[in-house]
Amino acid sequence: MSELLQFLLSGVTVGAVYALVALGFTIIYNASDVVNFAQGEFVMLGGMITVMAYTAGAPLPLAALVAILVTAALGVAMNKLAIEPARGAPVVSLVIITIGASIFIRGAAQLIFGKQIHSFPAFSGDDPFRILEATILPQSLWVIGGAVAVFIGLWLFFTRTLLGRAVLATSNNRLAAQLVGINTPFVMTLSFALSAGIGALAGVLVTPITMTSYDVGLAFALKGFAAAMLGGMGNPKGALVGGFVLGVLEGLTAGYISSQYKDAAAFIVILGVLFFLPQGLFGRKSTDRV
Amino acid sequence: MRLTAKSATLLGLVVLIALAPLFFPSGFYYRVGALIFVNALAVTGIVILTGWAGQISLGHAGFAGIGAYACALAPVHWGIHPALAVLLGAAVSAILAWLVGRPILRLKGYYLAVASLGMGILISMVLNNERELTRGPDGIDVPDLGMRALLKAAGLDLSNGEFWYFFCGIALVIGAWLALNLHDSPTGRALRALHGSEIAARTVGIDVAKLKLQAFVISAIYASVSGSLLALQNKFITPDVAGFMHSVEMVTMAVLGGVGSVAGAIFGAAVLTLLPQVLTVFAEYEQLVLGLVMVLVMIFLREGVVPSILRKIRGRGE
Repeated sequence: MSELLQFLLSGVTVGAVYALVALGFTIIYNASDVVNFAQGEFVMLGGMITVMAYTAGAPLPLAALVAILVTAALGVAMNKLAIEPARGAPVVSLVIITIGASIFIRGAAQLIFGKQIHSFPAFSGDDPFRILEATILPQSLWVIGGAVAVFIGLWLFFTRTLLGRAVLATSNNRLAAQLVGINTPFVMTLSFALSAGIGALAGVLVTPITMTSYDVGLAFALKGFAAAMLGGMGNPKGALVGGFVLGVLEGLTAGYISSQYKDAAAFIVILGVLFFLPQGLFGRKSTDRV
Repeated sequence: MRLTAKSATLLGLVVLIALAPLFFPSGFYYRVGALIFVNALAVTGIVILTGWAGQISLGHAGFAGIGAYACALAPVHWGIHPALAVLLGAAVSAILAWLVGRPILRLKGYYLAVASLGMGILISMVLNNERELTRGPDGIDVPDLGMRALLKAAGLDLSNGEFWYFFCGIALVIGAWLALNLHDSPTGRALRALHGSEIAARTVGIDVAKLKLQAFVISAIYASVSGSLLALQNKFITPDVAGFMHSVEMVTMAVLGGVGSVAGAIFGAAVLTLLPQVLTVFAEYEQLVLGLVMVLVMIFLREGVVPSILRKIRGRGE
């Protein structure tokens, strides 16, 4: 029993990270229909830049802030330099561009940060809390709290602010949004900044637990995507739930089947979703109308 | 007599393969040539999948891994001749592609990219972890194909490099010929119609899902055979053959040369195979360069280098 609880707790922790990545996917997907394969690289950059700033002597909160802002700026640059120039290209081309951008970021990170594994200290120490017979690290609470906070923040932003509604309008119908005076290029910029920033935040929160290196982005992208699909592509609530469900499945796989094959959980989820519920848990029925 | 694009491509390829050795300064270039042909074969499969059917796979190296390890394992464990192991690998790859592709390709969108990414990672995970069978990350020996000895007995004595150069060259010509035939067949026309407009294709009665699945299975077979040839000529293979970067290399080669053209695929494979041989520092910058190539080609030369140049020369559309 304590074993199960322990696996669930560690599953929920990684699940929170996947939820954050999935939320990032969702924002860009909604604003532009682009499936951004570079989403995982934002997570890597968040962790890596924090490491760099921290070892350069910045206090941890400042280092984290710098990492999030720099990554957000890189997200905007990616949109301006790679996605916008290809507007109107077939979706295949856009997918290839985001894959290319992701490999490029990996390569650059390898040159700048090296191939070593990096980490920095946890925010509130390493003394675990006891819950019944299981333990949880304070950093795990930071991760879970971060995911929930980001979700609530996004929800308020999209439902309560004019700007947030402008983003929603653009995702519903770009042309109509333009016609009513919404600055759609700015909405795109904003979406990439938000999405990259959220990815970086995930990287900052999880690095003290899992550590980071230049090549961790790929796995995060795959799992964030699996989480987004499980919840229903484009649905923020689905992204959150999908992330937690995937994390728990992975935790249980690692605990009861094989820790070497825990990454297979994401793949099984993707196939399972495509087989049995292509719209995901919270997706609308028949979203494609011709 | 005017040459069709198909016979021009094939003729050019045969002439190139036959004449290139005249300019080789050393035996080493036979090996580079053979590597180019092996990569070009896999990339030809990507052209069928991405260029014609409009789907992206980020896990094709997984099929290459299956082809390669079939040649390493089947002869040792089940006493199957390496040549038959190539077929076995291709069959396993085709079945796996069918199983993975069937649920996914019924849906609109680009789910194949993600699912194949997961599949590729899983295959390379198995190859790395099942040490008892695959010997893990250190790699495994691959038995000799035995063809060279046969040729020697028949009076044709080729060096190892020469043999694999011509063997892989012939394999590539056959692969390109089959792909070009497919291009002009009803299936190929249907594929291109589907790439143009899925709705229009469906309206004229094309079974879109089935066609995409066919393209995925065929391209998996190309990748598998390419992996087998790589394993057989190196007589050694590591799980890297199934790694994510190998999948990315395949896609980049196709994108660079021209994802819709077999000639482009061969060009792209040649450039990106030669680059690391010419520039030794390339290894460090590989990811940077591959990523940049993908983005730049997609923005500035969307059809790829070869079709863009051909268009300039002819001065008209296709």
